[in-house]
Amino acid sequence: MSGDFINLLADLKEEEVLKLTKERLDAKEDPLKILDDAREGMSIVGKRFAGGEYFLPELVFSGELLAQVTNIVKPHLTGEGVQQKKIGKVIIATVAGDIHDIGLNIVDFMLDVNGFEVTNMGVDVPVEKIVKAVKEIKAPVLGLSGFLTPAFDAMKETVEALEKEGLRKDLKIMIGGGQMDDEVCKYAKADAYGKDAMAAVALTKKWYGVE
Amino acid sequence: MDKAWAELSWEEKRAKRFERWLSPPGVTFANAQAEKVYKERVTRFIKAFTLEKPDRVPCIIPTGFYAAAYAGTNLGEVMYDYDKMKMAWRKLLHEMDADTYVPPALVPPGRALDIMDYKLYKWPGHGLSKTTLSYQAVEGEWMKPDEYDALIRDPSDFWLRTYLPRIFGAFKAFSGLPPWTSFEEIATATFLPFGNPEIQAGFKALMEAGNETMKWIMAVGEVAAESLAMGYPGIMSGLAKAPFDTLGDTLRGTQGVMMDMFQRPQKVHEAMERIAPIAIAGTIASVANAAAPTIIMPLHKGADSFMSPKQYETFYWPTFRKVVMAFVNEGIFPILFAEGSYNNRLDIIGDFPKGSVAWYFDQTNIFEAKKKIGDKLCIVGNVPTSLIMTGTPQQVKEHCKKLIDGCAPGSGYVLAGGANVDDGNPENLRAMMAAVKEYGVYK
Repeated sequence: MSGDFINLLADLKEEEVLKLTKERLDAKEDPLKILDDAREGMSIVGKRFAGGEYFLPELVFSGELLAQVTNIVKPHLTGEGVQQKKIGKVIIATVAGDIHDIGLNIVDFMLDVNGFEVTNMGVDVPVEKIVKAVKEIKAPVLGLSGFLTPAFDAMKETVEALEKEGLRKDLKIMIGGGQMDDEVCKYAKADAYGKDAMAAVALTKKWYGVE
Repeated sequence: MDKAWAELSWEEKRAKRFERWLSPPGVTFANAQAEKVYKERVTRFIKAFTLEKPDRVPCIIPTGFYAAAYAGTNLGEVMYDYDKMKMAWRKLLHEMDADTYVPPALVPPGRALDIMDYKLYKWPGHGLSKTTLSYQAVEGEWMKPDEYDALIRDPSDFWLRTYLPRIFGAFKAFSGLPPWTSFEEIATATFLPFGNPEIQAGFKALMEAGNETMKWIMAVGEVAAESLAMGYPGIMSGLAKAPFDTLGDTLRGTQGVMMDMFQRPQKVHEAMERIAPIAIAGTIASVANAAAPTIIMPLHKGADSFMSPKQYETFYWPTFRKVVMAFVNEGIFPILFAEGSYNNRLDIIGDFPKGSVAWYFDQTNIFEAKKKIGDKLCIVGNVPTSLIMTGTPQQVKEHCKKLIDGCAPGSGYVLAGGANVDDGNPENLRAMMAAVKEYGVYK
């Protein structure tokens, strides 16, 4: 049952996945095991996205499927679930003056299915808030997203503020989104530009020293 | 247009529109020299667009809201102060040599948006910091997943009673109106809802917004008229969108439309078919009285990173092509602005009659595009926005040379930015004009 479930979810078969979720609960399977399988299905979705087989619509829809499965399973959970072991922390944010989050959320998704603990600060995040988060969360990797040209200066200002606070030297900063590229990376004094969510994962893994 | 118009071929219709562009009715040129350069510039664009050899490569300088920063003000200020808007756009007009000029028509009247309590966008001082250089759309489910049938059955009714009350705070009470299509013969029930003070307040707000927009259009028109008189043609008489983008941008939102592709694909198709003729009619009407027969179609959710080639062919392309061809058949020249990259679309997007449209690329590999569609369609682009905003004039000029060398041979090329530039060194923009003059001359 578990293998079918994982593949059906990875293949985005909405009806079958939901039906099987209910059947497994009726058969008194451990709800945590179902959620684990769901995570595994999502990780296949992530791989297919990275491999160019899936695109944004599939990611969005898989997120919806996961939410539906979780909603069905949740009432059956007793006690606390065991947290999956994470490789490490990453903070991501869309910089001040920019309210775009499509790319940001893809990066969130891909980092998550690749085993990172992601703090997604959302859009239009002021410099001070990012500085505060870096200080408090102590993540060694920060991803800055931006879609439009005003983000060039917002990124630069964010990096400068982190420098001023003495937080820069232990921190790797990657940028990405819309009009960002290597030129902007140099301009903002970030460490790397990533052209898509897979690049964000590769950079984060490199900086964490994992494969 | 008389009956004869309907019988013309698309090429004949376009020839007539091009004639009008060359000698626009109602324009009084400042002097003979202005008229001469105007005609030269228009001819240059027409030839590049239709794959004939112009005197040199034309250039579109990507000055979206650049005029504001250039004149020491910003978008937030010029949205509310039309004198300042005129000052800024006139300064750029007088100080930047160019082949075309974009009047401040894309700077919206801020007070009109305030009066209507517009929710679809955020702009400087209204959801964004006062000094932010652009306005931005608010992504959301402005139309719910179960409302497809209402949209498809009667778009006007859906707009008036469901959609507009969501995007205009001033129209909130309109959601309680009965349908305007009434078969009542002696009208009584028809009048009744309009006695409601909240509904009346909505109409009053709309009238005020109308008054405000009249003031704004006078200011925009003044600058536009001055630029024409000085000999700078416009190249954007209207805007149109792909039906998929209309659904994905401002109705269902990206998230919503992508779920619908799986959960209700048939409704998505039906809705796009319903939207297409409305988009076509609206844009044709907006071009009717303009000098230039060219329109821009900014394309969003069909880019490489948004969907697979198969999804593009299934969901995006059919109704998009239908809309584009409706313009082509009316003699209008659409410039298709592919935001993001279209590297995986190059085998599909060439399917238009030769010389009938131009593809304007943002981050697509333009040399590949030249190879794949360049002998059939004009290509436009694509100096990276980041280079223009952060590089040196010399770097910009060198990049332009590379683009011209690769894309200009045989004609069908216009040098342009990747996207609009809102700030930065004006010498970087001047470097684009210098490049076409130095490297872009056809022998």
